[in-house]
Amino acid sequence: MSRELLTGNGAAAWGARLAEVDYVPAFPITPQTEIIETLANWFESGEMPGRLVTLESEHSMITAAGAAAATGVRVFTATSSQGLLYGMEMIFSVAGWRAPFVLVNVSRGLGTPTTLESDHTDVLAARDSGFLQLHCATCQEVVDTILMAYRIAEDTRIRLPVIVNLDGFYLSFTREPVELPDPALARRFLPPFDAQNLRFRASAPTSQGVAVLGGSPYSYFRYQAHLASLRAIEVYDEVADEFEAAFGRRHEAIEAYRCEDADILFVMIGSFATKAKAAVDQLREAGWRVGLARIRLLRPLPVDALRRVTSGARGLAVIDQNLSMGQGGVLHSEVASALYGHPKAPPILASFIGGLGGRDISPEELYEIAAETRKAIDEGRSPLPRLLFTRDELREIRKLQAIAEVERNELEVKR
Amino acid sequence: MKTASRVLGTAFFSCGFEVQDAPRYGAERRGAPTFAYVRASQKPIQERGVIRNPDLVIVGDDTLPAVPAAGVMHGVGAQTVMLIHSRDDADSWRHRLNLAGPVIVLPTNGDVAADTDLPFVGCVSAGAAARLTGVISREALMAAVAKELEPLGDRAVRENERRALAAYEDMEAHEGVVREARDIRAEEYEAPDWIHLAPEEAKISAPAIHAAATSEHVETGAWRTARPVVDEARCNRCWWICSTYCPESAIAVSPEGRPEIDYDHCKGCMICVAICPSHAIAAVPEEATPREELESR
Repeated sequence: MSRELLTGNGAAAWGARLAEVDYVPAFPITPQTEIIETLANWFESGEMPGRLVTLESEHSMITAAGAAAATGVRVFTATSSQGLLYGMEMIFSVAGWRAPFVLVNVSRGLGTPTTLESDHTDVLAARDSGFLQLHCATCQEVVDTILMAYRIAEDTRIRLPVIVNLDGFYLSFTREPVELPDPALARRFLPPFDAQNLRFRASAPTSQGVAVLGGSPYSYFRYQAHLASLRAIEVYDEVADEFEAAFGRRHEAIEAYRCEDADILFVMIGSFATKAKAAVDQLREAGWRVGLARIRLLRPLPVDALRRVTSGARGLAVIDQNLSMGQGGVLHSEVASALYGHPKAPPILASFIGGLGGRDISPEELYEIAAETRKAIDEGRSPLPRLLFTRDELREIRKLQAIAEVERNELEVKR
Repeated sequence: MKTASRVLGTAFFSCGFEVQDAPRYGAERRGAPTFAYVRASQKPIQERGVIRNPDLVIVGDDTLPAVPAAGVMHGVGAQTVMLIHSRDDADSWRHRLNLAGPVIVLPTNGDVAADTDLPFVGCVSAGAAARLTGVISREALMAAVAKELEPLGDRAVRENERRALAAYEDMEAHEGVVREARDIRAEEYEAPDWIHLAPEEAKISAPAIHAAATSEHVETGAWRTARPVVDEARCNRCWWICSTYCPESAIAVSPEGRPEIDYDHCKGCMICVAICPSHAIAAVPEEATPREELESR
């Protein structure tokens, strides 16, 4: 099989093309725009049959995606950051329609202050919506995961939309070697969408997404969506097996890298996990027993797999590239809730917040995270949450604040 | 530079290397500082993001080292090779930037690059860099130029191939000068100087700019590739057209109705050149501006 250099955005477009999607409602936003530009070129040149329509907002775009999926066609769309949030009302609504499609989110930190660069606070805002959520660490994973996502989304036991997340800049604009699945194999792996009773047809009226009052029917429908989401854990594994059989690549719900005998595990999502892999190799060479647990399937959260992967470790270092204000790292609390009370849960659970707004995490910082976690294991007490932030960075902030006249006393006097 | 990174990345890849290349986007405008990076390795690449300690730095515009936001010197160490497009010689740059590693200046014959050379800086850089690595063949370089520039048509491909190849040949004496630095090892790393952030009053910690005209501190004039120059004889002292249309408010008008251009902040968009009804403003390439005048700024 030949490989070629593709950006994460290019890989996402190829995922949609190989999935032979019928309809793409679109709206541009950095750093996602290259995906819909690539698709638009293919539709225009006739390389892809189907239709791309630009809507006037993400709110309309997500509505159109859900509505088109509810007619039984295969739908793809993509957004990022503020766009995802602008469409958030419909993110929750369309998930309840039980109409499957795939939405690629290219992670970008949320305002304010405004940024273009990556973190996961945007996609985690959709955590409770009913969308399933898959996180990629490489450009190869982006194309593979989109194909897998359609299989899971369209499975008759599930029928929920799926968000496939890739990190802005670190994947979206970064070219890496990617092996594109053979189109014929892709078609065999992902046959045309069998929508069953999901349809709108002339002279056959259907009401979808109805209103209910009284609480009981609401509880039934909402909990059914939750149960469908939970079933996606087993469906994911089936699909991963089939994907591996077809293409020879295995994508676990939780990637366990050198975890078997590890005392300390990095726990992360997204593309920074490849940096952690390199750090694991270096730390191993220095005699440390360190591994990486990377959560690919965040919704549903594969709790049993997480318990299994972490059960031998003495300390977990959760690195969150997101921030729930007033609580801390989202992944940290997810992991805590999954492991609490479990007899084999590692005694130390340390929280590190890093990579906000695209801030890099250096190898030295990953080594130091391992060192702090080891110290906590020795002392028998989990450390305070830590933001990865250096004295030099604060100095840089002080310079900017001086220019902005933030803390000068004369500012008060002038007024 | 995005083109340079893609050509170099594709050339590495066709020579059997694992590759990662990426541009860094920020202010998306011609002339604004921008950069791209390439990683190549015999093993799968796990590192990501901006290269922290580059083995080779290529500077396409020698006004950039003086621009802090351009970050030219970021991570440059004793091993780093510096390749710079400039009319000043290598010793000047070694002295000016206090560089310990090898410094190579393009073009090697000391000629001032002509204005018409500017569109080819990317492929010239890639061609030179390919030779400096010592592991990329001529054929791989040519194929990479053809692949990456194909959408621009045959003529552009041929001209870029020619120049990339010339730069490749030019670097013969420096073949293989770029060496792969060691990874930072877990046994001997320098611990990060982390601090715990203390809470600060909202009047300090809100992201607000209370000072006026902070953009005066940023001399965006360095972004220009050409400058508008007013011909006093042709200017009919209309007093308002160029200054009104200037999107940067970089043209003031004197009491006598004479336009005065603030070259520290004029980005060189040339809207004034296009809009002046008496054709009194000309676009002059920056390279044609006398050096003393640049340095006196």
